[in-house]
Amino acid sequence: MIRPLILLFWLLPLIAAAVEVREFDDTAKQERYERLIGELRCLVCQNQSLADSDADLAKDLRDEVYDIIQSGRSEEEAIRFLTDRYGDFVLYRPPLKSVTLLLWGGPLLILLSGIVFIWNQVKRRSSVARIDLTEEEQQRLERLKRNLEG
Amino acid sequence: MRYRLPLAVFLILIIFLAIGLTLDPREVPSPFIGKPAPEFALPELADSTKTLNPRELKGRVFLLNVWASWCVSCRQEHPVLLDLAKRNIVPLYGLNYKDERTSAQRWLEQFGDPYVASGFDADGRVGINWGVYGVPETFVVDREGVIRYKQTGPLTPEILENKLLPLIRQLQGSPT
Repeated sequence: MIRPLILLFWLLPLIAAAVEVREFDDTAKQERYERLIGELRCLVCQNQSLADSDADLAKDLRDEVYDIIQSGRSEEEAIRFLTDRYGDFVLYRPPLKSVTLLLWGGPLLILLSGIVFIWNQVKRRSSVARIDLTEEEQQRLERLKRNLEG
Repeated sequence: MRYRLPLAVFLILIIFLAIGLTLDPREVPSPFIGKPAPEFALPELADSTKTLNPRELKGRVFLLNVWASWCVSCRQEHPVLLDLAKRNIVPLYGLNYKDERTSAQRWLEQFGDPYVASGFDADGRVGINWGVYGVPETFVVDREGVIRYKQTGPLTPEILENKLLPLIRQLQGSPT
């Protein structure tokens, strides 16, 4: 008795995850639709995509995206439909514009400054090590090296 | 001395985070500011034989307030709208968003009707065309039919006095 119940319990997330069923006349359209709604952001629950969101508006916007894709228009058109009305905010992948330059370039900038920083550190340390040795110490070091190799 | 760089980085981070805390993530900049208001022709809420069309309002500055009887925050801003309507400064139109006609009419009877007229947008299509995502929302449209301002969320007396009314006066004063 308990076993089927447990099985049902495991199936629960599948049921909950399924948004409304959509009929497409070809599977390529379905794939495009599903990719799109996974990439577009819901404005009500802002941490969820259109696909994930249970909000009423998300459902309406899925309807709009569905209509556009099912009628054979392009993905760009669906994206334009949403950005015309809600701005770039609906895109999880923001476009490269003058205002998003820092956003896109930032990681590269941080990486570069990190490399410069480490480079400087390494250079300083190695030069410090060389200066610190006196003539006598230098000779001792050479001797030790020879002993080790010998 | 050797902690100067990490400290500087830390301080910059703190400044950025502090700025982030003061911003409201619910407030999404509307792409409509400075653009012509999307057209629509909707049956009026009170009388479905009449149509509300913003094109017919051209030549006047007007407000469009998106509301619904199911919207809790709309109750909160309603006194502000009633007060505004009483002062007769600017015509206020309503967009009754994804509502039921009877509930919406009852709501206006109960709490008062500040609108010259309300368009009845049952399926929310017009709302989507206006980029509505959080009812209530209020748009300021100028004489040319261009959206000049959008308030997402309930209007407060402060926002009305400090932002909307100065803008409306300025728009009404400017020659067409």
